[in-house]
Amino acid sequence: MEDLVSIKNLNIEARTRAGTLKVVNDLSFTIKKSETLCVVGESGCGKSVTALSLMSLLPEGILKVSSGDILFDNINLAQLSETELEGIRGNEISMIFQEPMTSLNPLFTVGEQVSEVIRRHKNLNKAKAWVNAVELLDAVKIPNPDKRAFDYPFQLSGGQRQRVMIAIALACQPKILIADEPTTALDVTIQAEILALINMLKHETGTAVMFITHDMAVVAQMADRVVVMHPGKKVEEGTVHEIFNNPQHEYTKSLLAAVPKLGEMASKKYPEPMRLVGEKKTKALKPIVGTNEPLLKVNNLVTRYPVKGGVLRRTVARVHAVEDVSFTIMKGKTLSLVGESGCGKSTVGRSLIRLVEPTSGDVNLDGQNILSLNQKDMREARSNIQMVFQDPFSSLNPQRPLFDQVAEPLRNYGMVKREVLQEKIGDLFDRVKLPRSFMQRYPHQLSGGQRQRIAIARALALNPKLIIADEAVSALDVSVQAQVLNLMMELQVDLGLSFLFISHDMAVVERVSHDVGVMYLGRLVEIGPRQAIFRNPQHPYTQDLLKAVPIADPDKRKSERDLNFKPLPSPIHDLTHDPVPSEYKEVAKNHYVLTTDCGY
Amino acid sequence: MLFVLLVVVVLNFLMLHLAPGDIADTIAQTMGGADEQDMAELRQQYGLDQPFFIQLFNYVIRVALLDFGHSHFYNLPVFDLIMERFPATLLLVFSAQILSLFVGILLGVYAAQNPNGLSSLFVNMFSLFGYAAPVFWTGILLLIAFSLHIPIFPVSGMRDITIETDNFFVHFFDVLRHLFLPMITLASIFFAYYSRLCRASMLEVLGADFVRTAKAKGLSKKDVLLKHALKNSLSPVITFAGLSFSAVVSGAILVETVYSWPGLGTLAFNSIISRDTPVLLGILIFSTLMVTVGNLLTDLTLKALDPRIKI
Repeated sequence: MEDLVSIKNLNIEARTRAGTLKVVNDLSFTIKKSETLCVVGESGCGKSVTALSLMSLLPEGILKVSSGDILFDNINLAQLSETELEGIRGNEISMIFQEPMTSLNPLFTVGEQVSEVIRRHKNLNKAKAWVNAVELLDAVKIPNPDKRAFDYPFQLSGGQRQRVMIAIALACQPKILIADEPTTALDVTIQAEILALINMLKHETGTAVMFITHDMAVVAQMADRVVVMHPGKKVEEGTVHEIFNNPQHEYTKSLLAAVPKLGEMASKKYPEPMRLVGEKKTKALKPIVGTNEPLLKVNNLVTRYPVKGGVLRRTVARVHAVEDVSFTIMKGKTLSLVGESGCGKSTVGRSLIRLVEPTSGDVNLDGQNILSLNQKDMREARSNIQMVFQDPFSSLNPQRPLFDQVAEPLRNYGMVKREVLQEKIGDLFDRVKLPRSFMQRYPHQLSGGQRQRIAIARALALNPKLIIADEAVSALDVSVQAQVLNLMMELQVDLGLSFLFISHDMAVVERVSHDVGVMYLGRLVEIGPRQAIFRNPQHPYTQDLLKAVPIADPDKRKSERDLNFKPLPSPIHDLTHDPVPSEYKEVAKNHYVLTTDCGY
Repeated sequence: MLFVLLVVVVLNFLMLHLAPGDIADTIAQTMGGADEQDMAELRQQYGLDQPFFIQLFNYVIRVALLDFGHSHFYNLPVFDLIMERFPATLLLVFSAQILSLFVGILLGVYAAQNPNGLSSLFVNMFSLFGYAAPVFWTGILLLIAFSLHIPIFPVSGMRDITIETDNFFVHFFDVLRHLFLPMITLASIFFAYYSRLCRASMLEVLGADFVRTAKAKGLSKKDVLLKHALKNSLSPVITFAGLSFSAVVSGAILVETVYSWPGLGTLAFNSIISRDTPVLLGILIFSTLMVTVGNLLTDLTLKALDPRIKI
């Protein structure tokens, strides 16, 4: 096959205050016509920068190609004028980006944005370009494309916006499509659909794809060949089977080891830490048994938000965020809640510590009824439940040293005398494996993983019984994610902690949980022991959700036929709506399946 | 909006009522003194002997019927007096606002393209000068410059009464020539604000993801800048322009005085001096109306610009 793109000895430099920094170092690879090349690596490894250099869109004055050639269709892009490059961008090379929420212009209709690129490159008049745009929206499976073309981006869901981006990218039948983490911000079900769509369009049009991702499972689903990058350099290149079955470089091996693979825990009754590359082989991975003593009992929890409207700001409708949910968490064990965004899993976590006030229900923590406490007692009770949030960048105060941030809960509750505070915080830093010298640092001096450790240390400060981890590892790179997960599991054993683990990542959930609950539209549709849920899912939604999860094994690719998701119905109902209580059937010991209609 | 107007009418009346002295004092003063009986007669004539609330009630009712009273000083109905001068102020205020928006946005876009370059520095210095200089000072300087040194624009009034033709266009251009200096003076403060705001907002938008998308579509630099980026960066500028509309109206009063522009400003100045309360109240109502309509226009513009805004 002929080479479409050939990158030779590419060096890219970043100009920073401290001097120039090599972001991409002597990188060479080729992309053949109509093949999918995946570029894998962790954040900051230079993969997105490489993609932008192929578009000649490196931010001016900050990043620049210092040497090397980029050949596209045997043309050296560096020798083209800006006008010639404009003729290629969006026409022969096009790109889709990570954030579908912000990648579309909020002030133009999606039809305008799709037809704009057609008019730019194909010289069609306005009416013909519009017809063409509607056809494209149809091709990317936007329902009612002739009507939706008049919608603005804010009227579409995240998945639909990414479809629009794909329509824009493919409008001029480009020779190559660059996809920069196109599914990272999306739910696993939507991810599966978008990946299937890219594959389908690729087969129809024969365009080559350069797919940039950090997710090995997505690589396994998409790639013909793989380039692995590690700080600015290519460390390994090969076909997808070579990379997965016979990785050569240490970094590739560690990357693969860090990825939790769905199904690898199937034979194990209890969760256990991951074996990371570089750790001693002799180190035993002890399963986490936990106890059968209940810590938290939740019965018939309901949380509804009012929707205000009209001149007098009266409640006109309600968002039924959590609808009749019951579960129990045992001491020393982990219950995971999974589901798509908007299913109410985060609201459950927030309702438990009354960050949002539940509408009704019963929350019992170690014999204490949380929902009946007054403000003062609630404050005391909160020391037993702590939260770790998703975004380690925004959940720490950027202007306070880390010592103060970890010490804050202790000071708030006046639990520790000043003299011993230093020692106590030092212990907490030891616990989360951060050097004590970090105590006087500020959040911006830390990496994402280190920040999340600080967040965990802060949560541990009050010796809580339960930690609610709301997507706590979703924003982290795989290897960091594995380390943080192992840390959480070690702490669970050492301190006898219980976790409510809220996540959309099924593979991570399989790794850490004793029990799993699946949520859909505010209801718990299935709950039971982890093995039962993964091996023998009973509810149709659980079955479909599991089918959508990409598996980090190129021999287990999904086909589009596996997917049959319906768009999520709205959880907003008028005031008269009175949902029926959730009824469950026990299909096996402790394994319950919802029999009430949940809308799926 | 009607409610706002009512509140303003009542507050204005209260405010002027609280000030010591009334029309009877002024008349007595110009007559060279009056005795108690004359004063009482005058007060009765103008309805000033009635209880305060009755006065207020009568006033509000009359305003609602578009009767603003009678000017003691000019001896003309207030409404006629105002309508005669209102168009001049309206012309000055709107032309200055539009000019400052246009120039401000232009400079802002220009500066944002190269935020650390010379052009940006120039725009910054220019705006600094713009809002550091008080409008009457700029006005007087321009007045001196254009009356003594480069007499190409008239520095006073609105029309040249020596023109003897009926040709519409001749009169039109005559007004434009007269408008030039007051308009520039009034606009000078505001395009300073608008250019700074537009520059900052453009810089933010130029870093947004959808601008990268627009570039990736292969659009030309001009299209990326003027179509995708500009439209998104306009809303803070328009919002601020709406908020500062009242400042433009009050600035107009100063500018009118400097250039003897025959608008509400000059009238207001004179009626304050002569304690012509009905005229002053009328002017206040009209400027309130102007500001409210200005704000309404701002909201409607924002709504037209951004489909996410609901009114």
